[in-house]
Amino acid sequence: MANAIVAKRNAGKYLNTNGPEDGREEIVQPSTSLLRDLVRKKDFYAGGLMLLIGIGIALKGSTYRLGTPMHMGPGFFPTMLGVLLVLVGIAIAAPAAMPSAAGAEHDESILPEQPQWWAWFCILMSPVLFILFGRYFGMIPGTFACVFIAALGDRGATWISTIVLSTVVTIFGVVLFSYFLQVPMPILTWGGGL
Amino acid sequence: MITTALTDLWYGFGVALEPHNLMWCFVGVLVGNMVGVLPGMGPLATISILLPLTFGMKPVAAILMLAGVMYGAQYGGAICSILLNLPCHPPHAVTCLDGFPMTKQGRGGVALGLTVFASFIGASWGITEMIFLSPLLVKAALQFGPAEVCSLMLLGLLAGSTLARGSPLKGVAMTLIGLFLGSVGTDLETGSERFTFGLTELDDGIELIALALGLFGIAEFMSSVNQVAPINTRYTNVSFKDMRPTKADLKRAFFPMWRGTIVGSLCSLIPGTGPTIASFVAYAAEKKISKTPEKFGTGLIEGVVCPEAATHSSVQGDFIPTMSLGIPGDAVMALLLGALMIQGIVPGPQLISQHADIFWGLVASFWIGNILLVLLNVPLIGIWVKMLAIPYKYLYPSAMFFVCIGVYAANNDFFQVGEVVAIGAFGYVLLRLGFHPAPILLGFVLGPRFEENFRRAMLIARGDFSVFVTRPISAVFVGMCVLLIGVQVWVRIRGEKVPKIGAEPPSESPPISPQMAPQRIPATPAE
Repeated sequence: MANAIVAKRNAGKYLNTNGPEDGREEIVQPSTSLLRDLVRKKDFYAGGLMLLIGIGIALKGSTYRLGTPMHMGPGFFPTMLGVLLVLVGIAIAAPAAMPSAAGAEHDESILPEQPQWWAWFCILMSPVLFILFGRYFGMIPGTFACVFIAALGDRGATWISTIVLSTVVTIFGVVLFSYFLQVPMPILTWGGGL
Repeated sequence: MITTALTDLWYGFGVALEPHNLMWCFVGVLVGNMVGVLPGMGPLATISILLPLTFGMKPVAAILMLAGVMYGAQYGGAICSILLNLPCHPPHAVTCLDGFPMTKQGRGGVALGLTVFASFIGASWGITEMIFLSPLLVKAALQFGPAEVCSLMLLGLLAGSTLARGSPLKGVAMTLIGLFLGSVGTDLETGSERFTFGLTELDDGIELIALALGLFGIAEFMSSVNQVAPINTRYTNVSFKDMRPTKADLKRAFFPMWRGTIVGSLCSLIPGTGPTIASFVAYAAEKKISKTPEKFGTGLIEGVVCPEAATHSSVQGDFIPTMSLGIPGDAVMALLLGALMIQGIVPGPQLISQHADIFWGLVASFWIGNILLVLLNVPLIGIWVKMLAIPYKYLYPSAMFFVCIGVYAANNDFFQVGEVVAIGAFGYVLLRLGFHPAPILLGFVLGPRFEENFRRAMLIARGDFSVFVTRPISAVFVGMCVLLIGVQVWVRIRGEKVPKIGAEPPSESPPISPQMAPQRIPATPAE
């Protein structure tokens, strides 16, 4: 926690990274309710996530044969990792879960100031479309769809700029990867024989 | 010993100067330099995007090119820092402090020119160190049994995760996740499948490229999209003439350069302390011994060349444990090691003797590459500066395509493109929760070997865990691990008691997040 204080101060000293957040801290007063305290604590979720993943790994890992320390089975090492992760998760979450604590500087929302749901969706959809179009229609449609949807995520994107960009990248990409690097993916196909 | 080293080096130059290898070294350096300048593309993203291109190459050419990309990007990052006040890559954050004021005074060209020179000095020193230290380390490492290898890896992992950026605990958590991801797939000893959930595609484990591109590609794009401020290119007109330093500048820069070099090489000897820490320590030290410490931050040439020399000497020094022990110090090294493993080369102390062409070729190519960079940087700086103007809205969709096709080309399998989506989304969640995903890669690359050695050590010791402390060399490594944790805990407790001190080394306090955060940083110094 103190690290975070120092980190923040130094960050400010060096580059003023967290400018807007510093300002917000003053507005967000420490609330009285324990629950509301918890909701804002980034570290609480960070530790919690690690805890859950750790439990998952340990449980799943222990279904494989554990063996003895001398003859370890496939489950031994992952289970060990899972248990360690649980411990680390608790250590991360515990200070943030304390109701009072000097947690003011941890009062960070998990979402960024301006959530970019649309852009995030576009970026994550881009490889998905690449898979679908690439598999069933070939490299040209796959590439075009992939770049097209990704470019739509930008706030300043227009239809024209998006289409132009997708076309340019498609031409360049197909020439580079299909002709020069011989990536075995049909350029254009129908129905997908893959 | 010196003669053997020199003979080997001579052989290395022979390898590196083969036209084929030379060409790829040149391509790597050029592309690295270009992409390093592009805001928002760090060496990690660049190397992972270019990794698939190397599958068809011979191992020597592949590693030469990827290493070239890495230090090319280093040079490029400095341009960004000095001319735009954007630390594209964390080690260069500190260069901004004095570099950008110099630019505003119209001396940006001089800063760039001297940076190139300082980097070359730093790198050359690091390479020399590599030539003489690596064989020594190998000699020691060949005596290691599984217990020693295991505790050494533990030390590397701990140092890599706790000394890197952000909270040490979170770093450890990331390393554990990486180790876990490394264990997905078929268990090498028993052949049973782990964490595959019935998907046959996961039998071979998670694809390194999918992991790297998900964490350092997609997750980064998600955090940067629509957050990127337009770049101020007001100061970016630098001509070749501007870059020539005056005699007085050279004189002032000479000793700081060497001091930075020494600091950098010392930092590289401590496992886990990468170039970022080296540059900060060098800057702080330089400020301390300066007669005019109050002038730092206003555009002193010392404040530019010293950290840059430190960065480069430490980067080259980081290759020593990576190549001679097979234990990477940070994520970039882990990725390079991963690239070697994809080529079917087993990292470890036997690498230098078994693949002398790779090791000595690499060493020689460092020099060749650095000379190429000095030559390239001078005439091309104008072009790089123009590339800075490419808007992010064109950059990231194109990069998305490279991510997709790159992951596909790794195995010609669409499944891995799906992997990259999942990893990318997970990586972004981690970023938002304040984790820095770089140690994941470290854990992932080391994981399988760590587990293998761990099991073997336990088998030899008949299940007795005390083997790690009863064998002397291993005990030393374990002791260093304990010391490392102890120091972290101590710093934490002391910091909590007297939070006003704030004099912790910058290693504890990331000036910027490792993502492409720079662009979201408002150009601090008031214009």
